[in-house]
Amino acid sequence: MMRYRKGDGERSSLFTRRSLLLGGAQALLLSALAGRLYQLQVVETDRFTTQAEENRINLRLLPPSRGLIFDRGGQPLAVNRNNFRAMATSDRGRGVEVVVERLDSIFNLGEAERNRLLRELRRSRNAQPVVVRENLGWEEVARLEFNAPDLPGVFIDLGQTRDYPEGELMSHIVGYTGRVADEDLAGRDDPVLQLATMRFGKKGVERSLEDQLRGRAGAVQVEVNAVGRVVRELDRTEGQPGANTLLTIDLELQRFVAERMKEHQSGSVVVMDVVTGDILAMVSTPGFDPNTFARGITQSEWRDLLDSPERPLNNKSIAGVYPPGSTYKMVTALAALESKAIDPWTRLPCNGFLELGNIKFHCWLKGGHGSTNVVEALAHSCDCFFYEAARKAGIDRIADMANRLGFGRVSELGLPGESTGIQPSRSWKQEKLGKPWQHGDTFNLGIGQGYMAATPLQLAIMTARIANGGYEVQPNLLLASATSREELAPPAPRDKPSAPSLRLNPQHLAMVREGMVQVVQSGTANHLRVDGNGKVIDPAYRFAGKTGTAQVKRITERERDMGITQAQLPWHLRHHALFVCFGPVDNPRYACAVIVEHGMAGGTTAGPIGRDVLIETMKRDPSRRTEGFKKMASR
Amino acid sequence: MSLALDAPAPVGFAEKIWRINWGLVLVLSAIAGVGVLALYSAAGGRFEPWAARHAVRYGAALGLMLVVALIHPKVWLALAWPIYIVSMLLLVAVDVVGKIGMGAQRWLVIGPMQVQPSEIAKVAVILVLARYYHGLRKEEASKFLYTLPPLAIILAPVGLVMVQPDLGTALMVLMGGAALLFVAGVRLWMFLAAAVGAVACLPIGWSLMHEYQRKRVLTFLDPDRDPLGAGYHITQSKIAIGSGGLFGKGFLKGTQSSLNFLPEKQTDFIFTTFVEEWGMAGAMVLLALFALVLVWGFSISLRCQHHFGRLVALGVTAMMFLYVFINTAMVMGLLPVVGVPLPLVSNGGTAMVSVMFACGLLIGVNVYRDAQLPRTR
Repeated sequence: MMRYRKGDGERSSLFTRRSLLLGGAQALLLSALAGRLYQLQVVETDRFTTQAEENRINLRLLPPSRGLIFDRGGQPLAVNRNNFRAMATSDRGRGVEVVVERLDSIFNLGEAERNRLLRELRRSRNAQPVVVRENLGWEEVARLEFNAPDLPGVFIDLGQTRDYPEGELMSHIVGYTGRVADEDLAGRDDPVLQLATMRFGKKGVERSLEDQLRGRAGAVQVEVNAVGRVVRELDRTEGQPGANTLLTIDLELQRFVAERMKEHQSGSVVVMDVVTGDILAMVSTPGFDPNTFARGITQSEWRDLLDSPERPLNNKSIAGVYPPGSTYKMVTALAALESKAIDPWTRLPCNGFLELGNIKFHCWLKGGHGSTNVVEALAHSCDCFFYEAARKAGIDRIADMANRLGFGRVSELGLPGESTGIQPSRSWKQEKLGKPWQHGDTFNLGIGQGYMAATPLQLAIMTARIANGGYEVQPNLLLASATSREELAPPAPRDKPSAPSLRLNPQHLAMVREGMVQVVQSGTANHLRVDGNGKVIDPAYRFAGKTGTAQVKRITERERDMGITQAQLPWHLRHHALFVCFGPVDNPRYACAVIVEHGMAGGTTAGPIGRDVLIETMKRDPSRRTEGFKKMASR
Repeated sequence: MSLALDAPAPVGFAEKIWRINWGLVLVLSAIAGVGVLALYSAAGGRFEPWAARHAVRYGAALGLMLVVALIHPKVWLALAWPIYIVSMLLLVAVDVVGKIGMGAQRWLVIGPMQVQPSEIAKVAVILVLARYYHGLRKEEASKFLYTLPPLAIILAPVGLVMVQPDLGTALMVLMGGAALLFVAGVRLWMFLAAAVGAVACLPIGWSLMHEYQRKRVLTFLDPDRDPLGAGYHITQSKIAIGSGGLFGKGFLKGTQSSLNFLPEKQTDFIFTTFVEEWGMAGAMVLLALFALVLVWGFSISLRCQHHFGRLVALGVTAMMFLYVFINTAMVMGLLPVVGVPLPLVSNGGTAMVSVMFACGLLIGVNVYRDAQLPRTR
């Protein structure tokens, strides 16, 4: 007994004391735990409850479906197509390298795409999905689904992309959409633009009507788990789809024009209703396929478009500027008549050239036209008459008249990228070139040469304003717009211009129009009295016009003496061919401007196109015909 | 002197069974029941893959515990050193395998079993220290020179575990050992000296730490340092606990765990999972159950008539406390994140076996509280 117990009493009491101390310390620490629980679960519980909800609930925007675009007859020009996209979310950027590598083995992403994905995935913190690849085919969808277990955070999303059924034909008018760029966000705080899948109008109507086409985003409240995967839907507010839009374009007419322009490398045609200003056709050749932009254009495709000498991306109808040449003579004539520098009976002589100091200003007709009045001068496009008329009227009056007819300024069409052209004046020359205006400048301007530059649209506007009796009609592309398809219908036809009058003397306008009638009947374009088959044109479709041949390169005396013809020059140095026209002569309704780049002669190259297009327009008479409109609701 | 006083009559089998602390067994079973509940919820309301296995494993461990409880302390006295040496060898083996396998390795595969040698080491250190001080007189125990061997006994496994690296277990062995030295009568100035020395060595320890361990300490000191990176776990755990409130979100209604915002929700963060759904009320009940185990442990320890049994009982109690305290303090953001499970609640077999084995030793001390053990060194 003693052997076991000896000395145990002492150490036993020390043990007891110390274990009680230890037990006390443990009790203290356990109370600290209880205190901490109290702090977290009672004192701060509201804060943590909020944070738990924020964790759990995620507000996601539902992108609205973009408004559709139709021609005036209800034919689709821009529609939405289902688009299966592969999307990826990341758990705070963890493990993205592995996922991207696996995606690469499925889609063959390539270096640049891989880096973009890695960057976007690492940056996306609140589990906002990132687009991996769009427009997946069935096979790709299947392969992705098959590999789903190895691809955490990757899912397939059904979205919409833009489809342009008419492709190149409507490319410049409708334009295309692309990813939202930083500059697109300026002045727009619509949160839906932050979505990776959102598209934004870049060119054409897609751009100019962006804010109407986009619509309003809906929102859905979802419960998400830690990797951002949606567990269930809690609440949903529907958005509003973008407004559907009818354009003024007559698709069949547009097709006819494009077909007619095919024989030429590059050019532009604008057809306009002179009463309403509706643009019925607007073709710029060559065009481009906007669908390549919708599906994501490649670098090389983009390079090709940019480098082409025919500038396919450029809408020449509004952005191409050309010397108007003789088509400008109506401006000179009206300026001289309105300023009483000449009267309708004034006859001016022409013997082939006019001399100003030691400079010779040639008429295109070597021997000269003899004595002509304003109607005859327009009919035969006598340069000498207009040199003299311009001199009599003076630069200020001509510039003023040109401005009133639409030159030197941007119209109200609304398409992005429209050019002002150049309407020279005293102040313009002083400002741009730092030189005073010379008499010779007035001579050149009188026949639409020199510094003068205009867009095909401006030529059409000028022609329309002359044809409609001097109303300041503005070009217009938007026929109707409505969110619901049922309400989308063209407005009732109109026969009276609603634009303000330019207050031009009706007699003077009549003289100019008569001159344009004579151009086709007996003047420079009398070959257009008959149609392409040599048959006399139906009187109901008789039209008036004016030819123009614009110098690209100055003709030297030496070339003039050697008799070098245009066809012997390289393409890019040849004259531009222009033709403006309106019809029917008795009650003008449609105007048309044609430019064939480097087409050499207005009368023979541009003239027949103008005639055929104008006659086709008059036959279709789209402005007065609404029965062709297909009720969209029936689709 | 009567013979009866000198040597008490041997205890019969029925008496042994009667001496088992059935109340303690009930409390342990209640804690394991909480574990089943929490694991059922962590799996989204399913018995698979954790809750069912947890229950089965507890049943088996309960059997083991009762068997251990009936083994005479003299056996443990005799086996203390062999168990310690084997566990050290296994720890070395784990370190070597880990080195070869290029990475953190904490377990060995022996036949069909996965053995985590650090768990054996925890129990082995308690047994060896108890045996050592059992053989010392009070005066000897308080002497500095006699404190050196136990220091070596503690620091050897601590060093080996740190290498793995397993900071949590190292801390537990160190602090559990310190608690034993304290109650065995080591002078207080030595603890003070050790504390001062530890503070002085902090910079060295810092430089020896792994990058992830440093990150955890920094994150603990300032959880908002990187709320989506290293601080993510602790932030989400606090959100879960705090949002539970007084009475919790209700069984199976915890959003933080079911939506996977909680990391390791079935192992180290099981307390969070439970508390999110049962609130402060549930947490207090669970902590009270653990406190009951501790009270039982102390009372067994104090009632034991031999020093070996006292020390073993106290060592087991200290180990139990450290498990509970380190784990819960960690999930509540009071301690850095170290991998320590909540005993009998966290999913995982090895910890369950070692804890129940230790509890078996504790109950054994009560069963053989008046055994007479020779003082051997």
